[in-house]
Amino acid sequence: MMTMDEFRSLFHNGLIKQNTGLVQLLGLCPLLAISNNVVNALSLGLATMLVMAASSGAVSGVRHFVPNEIRIPVFVLIIAALVTVIDLAMNAFVHPLYLVLGIFIPLITTNCIVLARADAFASKNHPLHSVVDAVAMGLGLTMVLVVLGGMRELAGQGTLLSGIDLVFGEESKQFVLHVLPDYQGFLLAILPPGAFIALGLLIAAHNWQKARAERRVHAAAPMPA
Amino acid sequence: MSSPIPAALRNALRTGTILFVFALIGTALLAFTHDRTEPTITRGQLAAKRALLSQVLPAELYDNDLLSSQQSVPPDDLLGTRQPSTMWLARRGGEFSGVVLEAVAPDGYSGDISLLIGIDADGTVTGVRVTAHRETPGLGDYIDRAKSAWIDQFAGKSLTHPAPKHWKVAKDGGAFDARAGATITPRAVVKAVRSALDYFARHRATFVAPLPAREAKPVKEKST
Repeated sequence: MMTMDEFRSLFHNGLIKQNTGLVQLLGLCPLLAISNNVVNALSLGLATMLVMAASSGAVSGVRHFVPNEIRIPVFVLIIAALVTVIDLAMNAFVHPLYLVLGIFIPLITTNCIVLARADAFASKNHPLHSVVDAVAMGLGLTMVLVVLGGMRELAGQGTLLSGIDLVFGEESKQFVLHVLPDYQGFLLAILPPGAFIALGLLIAAHNWQKARAERRVHAAAPMPA
Repeated sequence: MSSPIPAALRNALRTGTILFVFALIGTALLAFTHDRTEPTITRGQLAAKRALLSQVLPAELYDNDLLSSQQSVPPDDLLGTRQPSTMWLARRGGEFSGVVLEAVAPDGYSGDISLLIGIDADGTVTGVRVTAHRETPGLGDYIDRAKSAWIDQFAGKSLTHPAPKHWKVAKDGGAFDARAGATITPRAVVKAVRSALDYFARHRATFVAPLPAREAKPVKEKST
């Protein structure tokens, strides 16, 4: 079983210390491409998290049966199969969203963060720990995606949650927040450069926060003689 | 009894078998999911297509099954197509009542703009939708009905209304609005709709002729 401390440290790792989007900088291609609004970002983030949890659990479950030499092909096979299942399921049940996310769903397979967690963590740890680690990592990624999507959507078109009708149907259009009414739009934020700039700002903020925390620790420690 | 198989080969066989078993399980999982989702996916695609067609051709214009009236159209300059495209022939009470054409505006700002154009039996546009484009988001993409109602202004237009010389965007002295900053995109769409109407005028006789033989064998679905 898992102690509360282990649980907390896994989450701290995934959300902050080893955040895939801000610290490890893994899997940036979908991160940059799909973060043009909150709904897309959240959907892709959750889909990736789901794939990570399922694949880490599966990899960890079979870790004793997989010889070291063929572990990577087996892991890729597991991940690809799970992604295809999710791809088909999304095509069947949330077709409009599937059309928007399009190629980025199958591309979750190639998102290195999924394989990285499977190989670096799940292949060496208990399934429960592996799933928690994957969820924490996926959540960290989703968080960055959503913040990025929010920044870009707000700066780009002055709304939040536009396109929510693609997930929940026409009636949910009322939930779209027009934060800045009559906003003319800021094209750069929607286009790819906006993604790089916004991610750069987020990483800078994260590093600044970290440096400040470290300084505080240093200040609190007794001065060496 | 000592094994005649060398250790390395045995190891290779073992890993090969394990890999094979994983591949088998993965394939079984995919086959199962595919089998379970396929009817829903097909139904969703047909429903989406039907919904799209009903946006360009009002449902009260026809009583036949529009989807099964699908026919292939050879590439045509007036439609801007370089590959065979599709059209759907609408009938009401057996009489030709309209057609939905696939057309391409080849001169968009970033390449082809794919259009679906509904035209009734009199040659009046009943609706136009952009089905695929790569125009700049936030600038040229207002031709997409999801972004703005711009494309609606084609409904009710024909080759005589407005007059041929006014089949242009307002900036070029025509009858069609275009937003400042993005005129290349709407110019391309206006031109494409106009030449689709020319295509219609030229081929109207073949649409009107009742050709049950043609309708009997619907063209195979294009996979896009």
